[in-house]
Amino acid sequence: MIDLILTPFLDFAFMRRALLGCIAISIGATPIGVFLMLRRMSLTGDAMAHAILPGAAVGFLVSGLSLGAMTIGGLVAGMAVALLSGVVTRVTALKEDASLAAFYLISLAGGVLIVSLKGSSVDLLHVLFGTVLALNDDALILLCSITTLTWFALALLFRPLVLECADPNFLRSVSRLSAITHFAFLALVVMNLVAGFQALGTLMSVGLMILPAASARFWAQGIGAMIGVAVLVAILSSVVGLLLSYHLSLPSGPSIILVAGGLYAASVILGRQGSLRTRYLPRPHLQS
Amino acid sequence: MNRRIFLGLTTALALLPLSALAQDKLPVVASFSILGDMVANVGGDRVAVTTLVGPDGDGHVYQPTPADAQAVGAAKLLVINGLAFEGWFDRLIEAAEYKGTVVVASEGITPRAMADEEGHAEGEAEADHAGHDHGNVDPHAWQDLGNARLYVANIARGLTEADPAGADVYAANAAAYLAQIDTVEAEVKAAVAALPADRRTIVTSHDAFGYFAAAYGLNFLAPQGVNTEAEASAADVAALITQIKDQSIGAVFVENISDPRLLDQIAAETGAKAGGTLYSDALSAGAPADTYLNMMRHNIVTLTAALQE
Repeated sequence: MIDLILTPFLDFAFMRRALLGCIAISIGATPIGVFLMLRRMSLTGDAMAHAILPGAAVGFLVSGLSLGAMTIGGLVAGMAVALLSGVVTRVTALKEDASLAAFYLISLAGGVLIVSLKGSSVDLLHVLFGTVLALNDDALILLCSITTLTWFALALLFRPLVLECADPNFLRSVSRLSAITHFAFLALVVMNLVAGFQALGTLMSVGLMILPAASARFWAQGIGAMIGVAVLVAILSSVVGLLLSYHLSLPSGPSIILVAGGLYAASVILGRQGSLRTRYLPRPHLQS
Repeated sequence: MNRRIFLGLTTALALLPLSALAQDKLPVVASFSILGDMVANVGGDRVAVTTLVGPDGDGHVYQPTPADAQAVGAAKLLVINGLAFEGWFDRLIEAAEYKGTVVVASEGITPRAMADEEGHAEGEAEADHAGHDHGNVDPHAWQDLGNARLYVANIARGLTEADPAGADVYAANAAAYLAQIDTVEAEVKAAVAALPADRRTIVTSHDAFGYFAAAYGLNFLAPQGVNTEAEASAADVAALITQIKDQSIGAVFVENISDPRLLDQIAAETGAKAGGTLYSDALSAGAPADTYLNMMRHNIVTLTAALQE
């Protein structure tokens, strides 16, 4: 048993790299996912995935398969979409979801246009989005630095962020930090997604951001505890998914996300807070 | 006023086909760059070749553009590879309302089954390739120069039927081109014969060299299936790494059309060196593989250079 778990990681460097990359993104992106969920912005991750495409594509066209150029391009495009949609939300009558949808669609169309103008090239989307089995040193350093940065930023922003989740109007009325918090948070979302896309692929980075957070909602009540549970769920999914991919010859990204999905399903049914079990099954000690 | 514009436009539209004829060359559309080069060689000055999937493009996952549909609609002859290589071609012909002849260049070759020894379970392969159904046939038949002779014969026959007046020219061009193919094939065979028997295994990023391997006695391994769409599993990569270490395979190669990162990682982990770029499904825009024969020559030189050390 222990052999089955340890041998793949002991024998193969690419498995260790994949594990490290997954753990980095689990620790960095999952807390962001928890805040996204609490702010009812869980679909933002998916929208942002499309929004960064034109930036990453321009980066690729300018300097080829260079992690740096594609990251900067993706960050610029993602931040532009986040800022513009944030400004429209705050200044006009349009709600956040609609303005984000509008800007990400514009950005996506721009991205597809740029990709197609390059002509009948390699399927650029495949090049833009990496796979967890091919993490090189640059990608690992990028993932780990962004995770570190995320935690420092969260430490600074924690109080205002919690307030913003609980009651954004209150925070706006008592402090000018509201807007700063909002944009800093969106910047963290974009950073984590951009790092994840290039290193791990779209599915992996959005999946590991949102699914563990949604599962943690059923187990913990405080934000701190929720983040803890979510990070554990994400790391567990990564390890189990990688091992399944190794032993059963399954593609790695989807198996990691499906394990996270399985944990989510189990949480929906069995969780301690507001799950199907607590709502529809009477507890034994209440019967007596 | 409006009527005048309308009349002008309709006249212009009616004259469009004439302007195409005015060039006096046979408009031929080839599905991808390698076929385009062959058609240009056989057709010479009498044909104007349009290639849909250009140099460095991936024919498996290609999306036709309106300009392509226009080129197909205006063509007198279409040349495709067949063997389910161009999955998008039937839809394109229908959309462009093309009614002419389609030459299937691979007609008459002996198809190879898709390489399946890499531990791709059948079910997995089916699922991965859904939508790009190769069936079980490896479409990369042009990698065998013997098959290329049949390609040339099929293309020459198609051109002759479409433009009987040029029959002599096509026959002469085809004969000259076949002679060049003979020369390159002799070079390939000599190069492989010079390799020691235990130095004939190569790792590439996509299973495109099945015909080449079978025809010239080399052994190719690839971490992905025959299609660039499939995502590799950890088991595939691990098996490949173990095999490279066990058989002390010296070199891995990337191709011009696929993502090099996975192979770079495998090379780093096994200590095998990256042997260079091979061209499988598409020519390069400039040197070193700007024509089919240059591509075959470049591939064998690159391979032997890396394997001999």
